[in-house]
Amino acid sequence: MRDPAVIRLLPDRRRLHLNEGPIDLVIEATGEPESVQRGYQAAARRFVTILDELCAELPLLRTRASATSPWPSGSIARVMTDAVAPYREEYFITPMAAVAGAVAEAVLTAMTRAATLDRAYVNNGGDIALHLAEGQRYTIGMIERPDRPSLFGSFEISRDLPIRGIATSGWRGRSFSLGIADAVTVLAEAASQADAAATIVANAVDLPGHPAIVRAPACELAPDSDLGELLVTRGVGALSGCEVARALDAGEAVANQLQQMGRICGAALSLQGNVRAVSPVCPPFAFHRAPGSLVHA
Amino acid sequence: MPEAMPADTIRCDACPVLCYIKRGYTGACDRYANHDGQLVRVDPHILLDRAKSQGTPLVPFLEREGEWDGKLAKPKETFLTAIGAGTTYPDYKPAPFIVSSEVEGVDLVTVVTEGIFSYCGVKLKIDTDRHLGPERNFVRAQGETVGHVTTAEYGSQMLSIGGVRHLTGGTKSEGRVTCQTLLDLCNGKEVELTIDEGASVRVAAGQPPVVNGQKEERMRVGCGSATIGMFAKQWFGRVDDVVVVDDHITGVLSEHQAGKMLGVRETGISIRGRRSTPGRYFQVANPGTGWGGTDISDPLTILNPFKPKFAWPKLRLLMVSTTGEQFAYYELDEELRPVEKDLPDALRESVARIRENCEPALTTVLFMAGAGGSLRAGVTENPVRLTDSVKHSITRVTCGGAPAYIWPGGGITFMVDVGRMPEDAFGYVPTPALVAPIEFTLSKADYASLGGHMDYVRPLEEVLREKERQRQVAFSPDNPWPLRPAKSGSSEE
Repeated sequence: MRDPAVIRLLPDRRRLHLNEGPIDLVIEATGEPESVQRGYQAAARRFVTILDELCAELPLLRTRASATSPWPSGSIARVMTDAVAPYREEYFITPMAAVAGAVAEAVLTAMTRAATLDRAYVNNGGDIALHLAEGQRYTIGMIERPDRPSLFGSFEISRDLPIRGIATSGWRGRSFSLGIADAVTVLAEAASQADAAATIVANAVDLPGHPAIVRAPACELAPDSDLGELLVTRGVGALSGCEVARALDAGEAVANQLQQMGRICGAALSLQGNVRAVSPVCPPFAFHRAPGSLVHA
Repeated sequence: MPEAMPADTIRCDACPVLCYIKRGYTGACDRYANHDGQLVRVDPHILLDRAKSQGTPLVPFLEREGEWDGKLAKPKETFLTAIGAGTTYPDYKPAPFIVSSEVEGVDLVTVVTEGIFSYCGVKLKIDTDRHLGPERNFVRAQGETVGHVTTAEYGSQMLSIGGVRHLTGGTKSEGRVTCQTLLDLCNGKEVELTIDEGASVRVAAGQPPVVNGQKEERMRVGCGSATIGMFAKQWFGRVDDVVVVDDHITGVLSEHQAGKMLGVRETGISIRGRRSTPGRYFQVANPGTGWGGTDISDPLTILNPFKPKFAWPKLRLLMVSTTGEQFAYYELDEELRPVEKDLPDALRESVARIRENCEPALTTVLFMAGAGGSLRAGVTENPVRLTDSVKHSITRVTCGGAPAYIWPGGGITFMVDVGRMPEDAFGYVPTPALVAPIEFTLSKADYASLGGHMDYVRPLEEVLREKERQRQVAFSPDNPWPLRPAKSGSSEE
C-alpha cells in the first residue's frame, strides 16, 4: 500500500521535511517570515508530483546514457540527462547518477521563483542545492563517512563564488559506488552537475583487483539496480598508506581533469582517514580543516 | 530483469518506485526491507514504558496519526530507547535524538542513537559440561567460520562469535553469515553452530542449549570431587562407595577426604585415570557428551578390577554423574565383579538432590562492541570527554534501556546481556555490520560541561508528541530504571 508523502516542519520549527519513497528532503530558508512561508508552500507543491514524474520514466532513466538515448519528457529527467551527458562517452553512467541533485535543484527553483529569500538550501540525502542572495554566505561542514557523520572540515560559500550545488558520493552511502572512497564531496555550479561528477570521481578512487576490497554485482544486491551486473563495493579492508595514496591519486587526477574542463569547482576526497582537496581556483576560497580530526580510528 | 526474479525477492509497493527487494535487503529508501520474505518497515522507534508491567501487550508502532489510539506515553514514566532511532545520515547533525527529562528535580539528558558496529560480536556462555570442541577451534554457521571456542567456565563452555575479523576480514560470504548469526543471536533467535572436531549445538539466548540433538537440562552443582564433599554425609552408611563421574575431576567417596573423615572403609576400588590427590582423578575418559561431560556411556569402563585384598562380595557401589542425570547402582558378586541392580530408595533421594541442586542450563548471550570516535562525536563535540565521563560513571550507558557494562581501559567498549533488551532490538547494514541501540544518560549540567550539543536538546514531551513510528514496550522490572539520577563521580552498582 502506498505511503502518503510526509510534509512537515521539523521539531525545530525552522526546517521543512519532505519525504516520499526514497526522496528525503530537508529544507531551510531564511528571509521575511511570510517569504519563507511562501517558499515552503511552493516547495511542498512542487514536491508532491516529483516521484510520480520520475517513476513514469524510470526504465529510461536507469538505462546507460548514450548519444542515441531518447530525450525524456519530464523536466527533472531532462536535467538529469543533461548532467550525465558529459560523461556518457567515457564512462558507464545512467541519468540516475544525478537524480538526487536534480530533485534538490527543482525544489529550490520552485521556492526562489515563488518568494524572495535571503538564502535557502535543499538537502536531498547529502546532495544539496543552494540559493544565496546579495551579501549572503553558507558555511558547509563535510563528513568523512556518510554512515557515521562527524565533521572533518568546513568551507564557506559566498554569493560571488560560482557554487550552488554540493554532492557527496562514496561506497558507504545509500547508493552503490564502483570505487572505494569513503566520501567524495564535489562543489559545482548546480546540484545535478555536482551529483553526476561526485559519482564519477568516487568511482575513480579505486584499486582495481585489490584483495581487501569486497565487490558484488549490483543486481545481486538490488535486482532493479541501474548498475546491473557491474561490481559495486561492499567492503574495504585495511589498506596501507601507499595504497590509500594510489587510490586517492587516481581520483584526484579525474577531479583535476573535471575542474580544468570547468565541470566542477572543487572536490574533497576521503579514504580511510586521508583527505585530498582539489581546491577551487577562485582565490578567496579555501578548505578549512577541523584541527586534529582527520585521523580516523 | 523482473522476469527471472529469485523466489525470495519481493516487490515493495510503499511508493511508486516499486523496488524489487531481495531477502535481507532494504529498498532504495532504506525504510522498507525484505525480512524472511515479508515486507517490513525497519524503523519503529521503541519507548520503554516503566508503568507497564511485564506481559502487557505491545502497542504496535503507528505510521499515521489517524491510527493512534489517543493514549500518550507519560513522559515521567518513559525512557526513549535508541531502537529504531537511526543514525543521522543524511542530514548532518548530532545524534538523532537528544532528549531532556526531569527526574526527581534533576535535569537529565539522554543522547539516543543507533551505532553501526563492525567491531562487535557476542560471547556465548553455554551451560553444559559436555565437551563442545577443543579450545581455539573454529565455530561454524552454514559452513562459514563465525567464531571460535575460547575456554570453559564453571559448568559452562564459552564461545566467541563474530568480531571484526569474521565480519569484514574474511570472504564476503563469511561476513554475511557472521552478520546474520550475530543478528539472530542478539535478537533471541535460535542458531545452529558446529565446532570443528566437536559438537553441533543449537543455541538461543535464554534457552537451554541443544548439544548434538540432546537438550541440556541442568548445570552441574560442582565437579565430581566437590559433589562427594557435598553429599558424603547423605551416602554414609547407605552405600559402601560412590564414584561421581566428571570430565574434569572424578571423585571417589572411599578415598576422598570427606569419606575418610566419616570413617568410610577402603573398598579396593581402582579408577582408570590420572590420580590428582586421594579420591580425585583427572581424565578418566575422553571429553564427550556422555556421563558428566565424558565420552562414556557405560561407567564401568573407567573401573579396573576391584582389589581382592580390600573388596568384598555384596559391596554396594553407586556411580552417578555430576548432574545426577546418569546413575547406576551395583553390587559385587562372589568374583568381585559389579552387577547392576535397582537403585535403592535410600540412594534415590541423594541422586535426586544432586539433580535438584543443578540449576537450569541456559545459553546466555552478551553483546560486546566498541563505540568509535564518530559515534561519540554525535554525543559531544569532544569525544574523549564522553569516554572520561562514562569511565567516571557520570554518564550512564544503556542499550535499549538495559544496563551496559563498560570494559575498563581506553575507549567505550561495552557488554550487554541481550536477554535484558526489548525484542528485535538489533539490526544490520549490509557492510556487514550490526546496528545496536545505545543511549547515554547524564545530568544536563554535566552534558553541557563535556561539550554536548546543547542546541539539539529537546524535551522528551516534544519527542513523544511526534506520534509516528513509535512503539511502547513494557519495561523489564529486572533492569534498573535508566533515568534514576546518577551522582556525579559516584560508582554504579
